[in-house]
Amino acid sequence: MSSGKVLTMNEKSRITTLTTRNLTHPLESDGCGECQTSCQSACKTSCGVVNQLCEQDND
Amino acid sequence: MVHQFKQNGYALAVDVESGSVHLVDDLVYDIIALYPGREEEEIVRNLADRWPAGDIREALTGVQALVDQGLLYSSRQAGISRPATASGIIKALCLNVAHTCNLNCCYCFAAQGTYKGEKALMSPETGRRAMDFLVENSGSRRNLEVDFFGGEPLLNWSMVKETVAYARSLEERFNKRFRFTLTTNGLLIDDDVIDFTNREMDNVVLSLDGRKETHDRFRVTMGGSGCYDIVLPKFLELVRRRSRGTYYVRGTYTHFNRDFVEDILHMADLGFDEISMEPVVSAPDEPYALTAEDLPQLKEGYERLAAEMLDRQARGKGFRFYHFTIDLEKGPCIYKRLNGCGSGTEYLAVTPAGDLYPCHQLVDDPDFLMGNLWEGVTAPHLAEAFAQCNVLTREDCQDCWARLYCAGGCAANAYHVSGDLLGIDPVGCELFRKRMECALMMKAAEAVNPAK
Repeated sequence: MSSGKVLTMNEKSRITTLTTRNLTHPLESDGCGECQTSCQSACKTSCGVVNQLCEQDND
Repeated sequence: MVHQFKQNGYALAVDVESGSVHLVDDLVYDIIALYPGREEEEIVRNLADRWPAGDIREALTGVQALVDQGLLYSSRQAGISRPATASGIIKALCLNVAHTCNLNCCYCFAAQGTYKGEKALMSPETGRRAMDFLVENSGSRRNLEVDFFGGEPLLNWSMVKETVAYARSLEERFNKRFRFTLTTNGLLIDDDVIDFTNREMDNVVLSLDGRKETHDRFRVTMGGSGCYDIVLPKFLELVRRRSRGTYYVRGTYTHFNRDFVEDILHMADLGFDEISMEPVVSAPDEPYALTAEDLPQLKEGYERLAAEMLDRQARGKGFRFYHFTIDLEKGPCIYKRLNGCGSGTEYLAVTPAGDLYPCHQLVDDPDFLMGNLWEGVTAPHLAEAFAQCNVLTREDCQDCWARLYCAGGCAANAYHVSGDLLGIDPVGCELFRKRMECALMMKAAEAVNPAK
């Protein structure tokens, strides 16, 4: 079970920012396309892409 | 755009374009709601009856810092804001190896496995051709995916095994890696299926609807009797012996079990720790169809499930629910989030005869016949139509905070509900947004209360 990680806690801990992938950072290419197709996992009847893992090391 | 919500004692602000997620206190929550277009003094005046001015100004500094860092009220970079175009690359096939089934579930979107056509099994020759077709059309993609689907694929088990063996023989020569999934109702699982599946299938999807009375309501044999008692021991044994890859027990819930959370918890209590549960896909006039009136109860159910999962996690009895699974750091890139599931472009469904359709949910519709395994895609207008089917081209998605989590949703569902591939399924969207709120709340909870 992976835990969410905390990026920053500021202003007397009024705000806790979770570590997330920044989606406004452009990639070098238009995406590698190697990640799993969402309907190959478990759904088959409703779409969500956010539960797929990126195949690249995106640290 | 920023989406704010409170759930289970947590207040969250989600910055849609950057994907940033902030757990905030009540004062910051109020400030974020007021922030767009207002000066500091106006915000202070608005909140002065509830908070001391010094606190408001101090919290506002924190909010401003997030905005300055591009983590709140951010804008998408111009270079990313362009619709997808058809690349011609195909990387995933849903192989309908059996258009027939040994169960008679009346809620089946595939019409008891036949997709409203004749019963049929895919031949080994067609299976081999499908593997060649995938390699030929996959361009530079290395990871290729094949889902053995139906109907019930175990009714054509020897063909499945032959197809896997053939695909493996292509891997080294063409520098490809096949990932196989098997979706089964479980009736024909035996030692051979368990061993082969464990060895060759990266993922196994096991159809179980939950409690016995729920499962047996729809999942019945040709004789009309429920199959829970037959399949459950087989699923338990398959999962017990599974030493690699993933699996999901996957259920469908309907209007008749709006308390579907009880079914999920039942499966968790049985020892399954990878669980999925899908809203039924059906015509709106079916008695089991979900309706807008069901939404409050269903949404409340998801919230209860999320809280219960956190509680079980804290007690060392956690399990994974597919629709709450989200990886904020290693999740999909922006392009995946814009382009969606790839139906009709990089993902196609194949009938037993070798005909190609945009996805498994559109197999029964001749208007969506795209070509076949031997001639390839012969309806480029369909490929183009699906390539244009993304989150940027769906009008209804533009004001939705969850659009980069679903990538515009399921084109087949949208088509069946609205008659338009670029439409939406409003009930499905509402449920999806609630599931994402639950997933994000759980991430926040895990962040401040990390598992020991």
